Amino acid sequence: MFTIILYVLAAVLLLLSFLKDKKKTKMALMKAWKSFENILPQFLSILIIIGIMLAVLSPNTISRLIGQQSGWIGMVIAAIVGSVTLIPGFVAFPLAAALLKSGAGFMQIAVFISALMMVGIVTLPLEIKYFGKKAAILRNSLAFMFSFVIAIVIGVVLG
Amino acid sequence: MKKLLNRYKFFIILAVINLGLVIIYPSIGKTSLSMTWSNTLEMLSVIPPIFILLGLLDVWVQRETMIKLMGEKSGMIGVTLAFFLGSAAAGPLYAAFPIAGVLLKKGSKLSNVLIFIGAWSTTKIPMLLFETSAMGWKFMLTRFIIDIPGIALIAYITQKALSEKEIKHIFEMAKSQI
Repeated sequence: MFTIILYVLAAVLLLLSFLKDKKKTKMALMKAWKSFENILPQFLSILIIIGIMLAVLSPNTISRLIGQQSGWIGMVIAAIVGSVTLIPGFVAFPLAAALLKSGAGFMQIAVFISALMMVGIVTLPLEIKYFGKKAAILRNSLAFMFSFVIAIVIGVVLG
Repeated sequence: MKKLLNRYKFFIILAVINLGLVIIYPSIGKTSLSMTWSNTLEMLSVIPPIFILLGLLDVWVQRETMIKLMGEKSGMIGVTLAFFLGSAAAGPLYAAFPIAGVLLKKGSKLSNVLIFIGAWSTTKIPMLLFETSAMGWKFMLTRFIIDIPGIALIAYITQKALSEKEIKHIFEMAKSQI
């Protein structure tokens, strides 16, 4: 749905741009292509890493690691698994819901989801390309710690 | 040709590893291949409009406008705009980095761009609806409410921890990306 809106928006703006200035529009498309091609090697590598990781770390394995009463160890594992995996949200939320049903704690799930979304070890090389090493590592480390803060608050509110 | 090979070196190594997996552990290798393929298709379906918008943004929006909206002196407007841009977005986090690059190139404040990245990663509106249906309102709302100050704090600390020289270098890099 959102992708469709994105496409419509891009098409309408591209048309407006073309009607106003053909040369500028051509330049915009060239820039679009150039910036895409610029990150293509990293993109392709990330896609393969995600593929291998998802094949090795099945939902079953993940469930074994952070399910049940795993306590702090489970939370740390959840945070690490969340940081290195790149599961799209529409897979992660049903997975999280299933883990909850099979006995995982809210805190483990909260830390897993937050780390999953905010921390990206696999995409770090790409992030470094845009923000430099220090900023990228700092942002990811802070997000990692922040995942625990979220988990603790969720544990208090929902526990 | 040699330059091209060098750029794609890491990708080629990974592709060979994956093919090796297919031979040694056929079930894992095949799952991995099909995951990679479906992820590639997904990426290719999300990416084109994002990069077209990015190109248009670069050509049409003047640096002065961006500096006013999201630059050093943009204050709350810049912060709000960064949150809104990130939250309204669709697509995986890695699609946000090129946009962040253009925002930097156009003169946005670094902390605002970091807020944009933070919002893109966790307070995405389409994802929130999905989260609610899977985890319930209480879980989603609690996370959302803590996320907002958290994202701002992470952005603020990251900006503060960098020296002026390092920040300057980030802006220099952004200029050479596109």
